[in-house]
Amino acid sequence: MIPLSYYVTVSTMMFVIGLVGILIRKNFLIILFSIELMLNAANINLVAFSHHFGEVDGQVISLFIITVAAAEAAVGLAIIIVLFRRKATTNVDELNLMKW
Amino acid sequence: MVEISFFLYFAVLTILSSIMTIGFRSPIYCTLALLSTLLHVAGLFILLNAEFVAAIQMIVYAGAVLVLYLFVLMLLNLKTPEDFLHKQVWVALFFGVVILIEILIGLFKAPFFSKPPVAKSEELAALGNTAEIGLSLFNKYLLPFEIVGMILLGAVIGALVLAKKYREADA
Repeated sequence: MIPLSYYVTVSTMMFVIGLVGILIRKNFLIILFSIELMLNAANINLVAFSHHFGEVDGQVISLFIITVAAAEAAVGLAIIIVLFRRKATTNVDELNLMKW
Repeated sequence: MVEISFFLYFAVLTILSSIMTIGFRSPIYCTLALLSTLLHVAGLFILLNAEFVAAIQMIVYAGAVLVLYLFVLMLLNLKTPEDFLHKQVWVALFFGVVILIEILIGLFKAPFFSKPPVAKSEELAALGNTAEIGLSLFNKYLLPFEIVGMILLGAVIGALVLAKKYREADA
């Protein structure tokens, strides 16, 4: 029987890795990957707590999160394709049309 | 003993491959590292007796979403520049560690760790994981389920409208 705190620690570390990934990478695609990492960290938490409390609700909500992540991937990739067609780059530092 | 060693394997590999996801230079390697992360997270789900979520994680995430990402990566034909990291990398790492410590301190002060785990009721355990999720999804969570369907529809239409090529005359 593995304590709940171990799972929560793993998920926290994964979340922070995703957060740091968003901050340090320039490639738009990798930033989307980092968002997936953060969503997965939330999923680990939900499933761990659902196991801990003997309820199935957390697993149902994690299914919803997986669905939303799939929708986010579809829209994000469409945005990347449009941007690449216009500017031929995925570097977020060069995508500053809407800045200021 | 066996359980804890499996947990350690999945946990360490999850963390390592998430670091590799944000650390590799080439986006293809990053995608493959993300695939490894997702599969190991599915292993953690199996350890938590959530077989259905683990299967969905593998089929939807690793099977569908990752292939979508790989397709777009191949389509774009990116060249990776030498300086793939932002110049704020040290600041980001420092604040990452600070936020990690802060969240962990906050979490371990929370009351739920001291409570003993609740065992599943007999009738639920007899049903099995998938039947349990199905019952919950179509009774208690029916309205959220329908709303998620609408979100997917919106995403499909949005992606189509965004990625469509407009002719000169329309623009």
